[in-house]
Amino acid sequence: MSSKMPPKAGPRGAMPQGKPKLDIGILKRIIKSLVGFYPKLVPVVIFCIIFSAVTAAMPALFTQNVVALIEKWYVTRDWAGAKAEILPKILLLVGMYLLAIISSLAFTQIGAYLTQGFLFKMRGAMFEKMQSLPIRYFDRNKHGDIMSRYTNDIDTLRQLVSQAIPTLLQAGVVVISVLGIMLWFSVWMTLVVVGGVIAIMFVSGKIGGGSAKFFVRQQASLGRAEGFVQEMMNGQRVIKVFNHEEQSKKDFDEVNNALYNDSFRAHAFANSLGPIIFNIGNLLYVLVAVVGGLLLLSGVKNVSISGMAFSVSLIVPFLGMTKQFTGNVNQVAQQFNTVVMGMAGAGRVFNLLDEEGEVDDGYVTLVNVNIAQDGTITESDKRTGKWAWKHPHKDGTLNYTELKGDVRLNQVDFGYIEGKQVLYDVSVYAEPGQKVAFVGATGAGKTTITNLINRFYDIADGKIRYDGININKIKKSDLRRSLGIVLQETNLFTGTVMDNIRYGRLEATDEECIAAAKLAGADGFITRLPHGYNTELTNNGSNLSQGQRQLIAIARAAVADPPVMILDEATSSIDTRTEAIVQAGMDKLMENRTVFVIAHRLSTVMNSDVIMVLDKGRIIERGSHEDLIAAKGTYYKLYTGAFEEE
Amino acid sequence: MRKIFGCLREYKWPSILTLLLMVVEAFIETQIPTITANLVNTIEGFEGLAGTATPEAMSGVISTGIKLVSMAAVSLICGGLGGYACSKASAGLAKNLRHDMYERVQTFSFENIDKFSTSSLITRLTTDVTNVQMAYMMIIRTVVRSPMMMVFSIIMAYRLGGKLSLFFVVIVPVLVIGLAFIGKTVFPAFKRVFKRYDLLNESIEENVRGMRVVKGFARENYETEKFKKEADGIRKDFTFAERVVALNAPLMQICMNFNMVFILFVGAKLIVQSGGETIKVGQISAMLTYGMQTLMSLMMFSVIFVMVTISAESVRRIGEVLKEDSTLVNPENPVMEVKDGSIDFSGVSFRYSKDAEADSLSNISIHIDSGKTVGIIGGTGSGKSTLVQLIPRLYDVSAGELKVGGLDVRNYDLETLRDSVAMVLQKNQIFSGTIAENLRWGNPEATDEQVKEASRLAQADEFISSFPDGYDTYIEQGGTNVSGGQKQRLCIARALLKNPKVLILDDSTSAVDTKTDSLIREGFRSYIPETTKIIIAQRIASVKDADMIIVMDNGRITDYGTHDELLEKSEIYREVYEEQTNGGDFDEQ
Repeated sequence: MSSKMPPKAGPRGAMPQGKPKLDIGILKRIIKSLVGFYPKLVPVVIFCIIFSAVTAAMPALFTQNVVALIEKWYVTRDWAGAKAEILPKILLLVGMYLLAIISSLAFTQIGAYLTQGFLFKMRGAMFEKMQSLPIRYFDRNKHGDIMSRYTNDIDTLRQLVSQAIPTLLQAGVVVISVLGIMLWFSVWMTLVVVGGVIAIMFVSGKIGGGSAKFFVRQQASLGRAEGFVQEMMNGQRVIKVFNHEEQSKKDFDEVNNALYNDSFRAHAFANSLGPIIFNIGNLLYVLVAVVGGLLLLSGVKNVSISGMAFSVSLIVPFLGMTKQFTGNVNQVAQQFNTVVMGMAGAGRVFNLLDEEGEVDDGYVTLVNVNIAQDGTITESDKRTGKWAWKHPHKDGTLNYTELKGDVRLNQVDFGYIEGKQVLYDVSVYAEPGQKVAFVGATGAGKTTITNLINRFYDIADGKIRYDGININKIKKSDLRRSLGIVLQETNLFTGTVMDNIRYGRLEATDEECIAAAKLAGADGFITRLPHGYNTELTNNGSNLSQGQRQLIAIARAAVADPPVMILDEATSSIDTRTEAIVQAGMDKLMENRTVFVIAHRLSTVMNSDVIMVLDKGRIIERGSHEDLIAAKGTYYKLYTGAFEEE
Repeated sequence: MRKIFGCLREYKWPSILTLLLMVVEAFIETQIPTITANLVNTIEGFEGLAGTATPEAMSGVISTGIKLVSMAAVSLICGGLGGYACSKASAGLAKNLRHDMYERVQTFSFENIDKFSTSSLITRLTTDVTNVQMAYMMIIRTVVRSPMMMVFSIIMAYRLGGKLSLFFVVIVPVLVIGLAFIGKTVFPAFKRVFKRYDLLNESIEENVRGMRVVKGFARENYETEKFKKEADGIRKDFTFAERVVALNAPLMQICMNFNMVFILFVGAKLIVQSGGETIKVGQISAMLTYGMQTLMSLMMFSVIFVMVTISAESVRRIGEVLKEDSTLVNPENPVMEVKDGSIDFSGVSFRYSKDAEADSLSNISIHIDSGKTVGIIGGTGSGKSTLVQLIPRLYDVSAGELKVGGLDVRNYDLETLRDSVAMVLQKNQIFSGTIAENLRWGNPEATDEQVKEASRLAQADEFISSFPDGYDTYIEQGGTNVSGGQKQRLCIARALLKNPKVLILDDSTSAVDTKTDSLIREGFRSYIPETTKIIIAQRIASVKDADMIIVMDNGRITDYGTHDELLEKSEIYREVYEEQTNGGDFDEQ
């Protein structure tokens, strides 16, 4: 297998399979981060939610009061008298409602602010973390999988925070306060209600659990369907060329049907839950009425906190409370899916956040310097064109080493995964200004070597030295700033062509960027683009050809003006004629720099100072082009087609 | 819109069933409060009877109770079945939409696909369909139910409470105006949010994909800052939108509370003044429920209104795909056999789109004999790939004529033509599945021996056999677990299995080393002599021994001939050759 890319982990569904679990740890962590982000606002919101819930539960008490008053007054038909007693209650009720509305207004408004702020901070934290992760992480995880954490998972998290948690909190408070009022009225009847609610919880647990299971599955099926479509759409040319339309339709139907089944089941469960709970609530209502009536008529002594006896004015509001109670239980049940999916999403978000970042304990930094005639180096905060490594020592002293571009690998062994070694005893000495080429079959380990130099992957201590400094001691960002890389696969970013070139050095002026483009031979086609350097590139520069994108990548490296360059198949997609045009620029680009070149094409490699021939992770030949041709070894065979002799 | 409903097909009945069940459910649900009111009133009649248990008094409660229980049972069944039916209908609609769209897309020509762009087609097939599914589910559940519920509630409330039902006159307009205001403000805000969201996701994807570049230039902090700025923009827009939506809850609360206060107070007045004759206590709670039901239906209606407007965009985008006709059509009486692999271009010009400023190919005329090997050399953008893509009719010529086997390609059955022309593309695509499955794309009936044979020819057998699982090795999506060169060889083997009359290699050995490249060509010569072989290459070595080499520049054929002839007459060819063989002394000797 190729060693260019370590093998990826097997396919991973977007969501964990099997029975959904409620991980309290995750919930705790969500709340902890929320409080951490907004230590003052969160308590305010919680207070408002509870307050508005309590005030929502109170009316039951007032209804009871008012009904009692009506009972008392209607016999006499004395409205004026009744009004005098009823009105204050009503005004109190209005006051209470006003408070409830104000608090609910407050918590929904602050809540919206909180939710979005929370998501913003989570996104930011994820992105920041992602930037710090080692390349290894991106080898191991599918890109779509990483992406879905920013899209699907954040979205489930949004629903959890903005919807499920407040609803649960609010409904929970209502349930508890209503329960309290119920007990205030009558223990016996409360028992009936509680019994009914336990039945509801049992049913909704069953149905809700089934629903959650299928929602998780639906999510996974959706991921599969998306993956399938993506793969097929990108391979549409192949499908057409091979007349594979019918087969691909059949395959799609399979994926599509699976998605239908899961989606249908998930929603069927979820949609029938509401009516079922609602109607069990109705049954309970009847039961409470009957039991209430029976208790009243049979003259059983009431047991209650208030010590009230059974009366109509007790049973009537009690019926109302039964409704309120089951209604809120229903609301809690409806949030079940959101909670399960939100937790799963949050789990994956935290998973990314908990990933171990790239370790960087380098302390040698790269600084601009002035070098005096006598060789003394003084640090400068301006761009001087001269660079040096600033090397602090334990005793507090500093010394500067001029950046020359001397890179040495000493007997390096390396494997991407344990037990699978891909480089064996590789030693390379590149002196400042030298051009070192790596050639060899695909998978021989060429790219791996460059990956070690810029520390995309780390090796054991001391084997790679840069200007005599162990690269493990150099701060990663500074090390990489000193190395310009142009990769086989060009990645451009959304923005103008100019922005993309400037990516190499953010302070570069337009003139410098254009000069770099000219050097790279890219100026010609860029000026012919609809808006020249201001042409917007989208979707990784899909409107440009592979070769054009490589030219921009070269310009980008040129503007960075690094002392060492790594060109990994940098010109593989540029045809030889264009390359001939670029060559002059490339030569100029490579002048006075240490350059590592990987190429299939002989013309790119030939004029190197040293050519390393790699085979299965070992350097099997080294020398100049002339030396190697004269030696008539593998290099000779590779490039002369003389293998027929074999 | 009609197109979308047309996709309901077998799910029409569940949809209609849902509507009917919802009407029944709404009707029963609005009866329940009246019956409960009766129940309450019956209980109220117990006033003063405490402790004097009479079975007759209880029978009133029980008979009303039974009525109520049976209604709840019917409502439960309707609601449950309705939930089931609407899920089936909406999931089914989504399935059919995806199916139809996918089918449609498979008939598209590249002109069609280019028009939509691949990524947009993917979104249409996934996100847009899900949007429509959710909206459809909401719609069939509420579009009849909510208005019915409201009408029934108001009627019942009027019958029950008479004057008390006046409060609707006040509340309903307030809520309608409130909801309309919220909807109007929120809709454009959400639209803006979604747009920004897309941009943000795009930039994340770029970062994931280009992580090596980001790290290579040590731009981690720069990217993070850029991201945070964009994310903060979303935060602001989204917060605004959510805050407006959040007004819904207090608005609803105001209406409901007003309802409560009004009914309690006015109700109390009515009861007391009438001495409990026109209206009783039981009615009060029923009126409260009717008020609530009316408000809830209005609320639901506003929700589906928002959903419909949000999904309208998705509906439009899906409709566009379903309505799009392929620009490539089969002729009426297609020729079902390709005679041989000869190819004739006469006066062919081509441009990718009618709006393109210049021809991508202009005035190409050349004849290729069946069974010959033809090399094509030319710079980036010289039109090499464009030229060969016309042969299997991935695009149609804009002017002139292209014949394969002596007949215009437009006369052939498309499938027949493409079966006879195998093409290995520049951008190699293998699909997730085993190696053997991938190779059998070329010929589903191929025996294991044939598969192995083709792989040997393509110089792929050796590395395939070195995998622990051999031909059953699973290829990850995008073929990430094989190298570029291996992928290219797999693609060649796949094409060979078709046993084509014309084999086109579009720069498909660029990642293969020279030695293997030459072995592959060697194989072609000896194993498939009758097949016309067209090889686009950057290395002269790959085409040097061809029967004819075509040199292209700027969409035109500048020269053609054998290697030796071209060295004589073509300046471009000579330049390229010299460039590649610079130094001379290592050349074949």
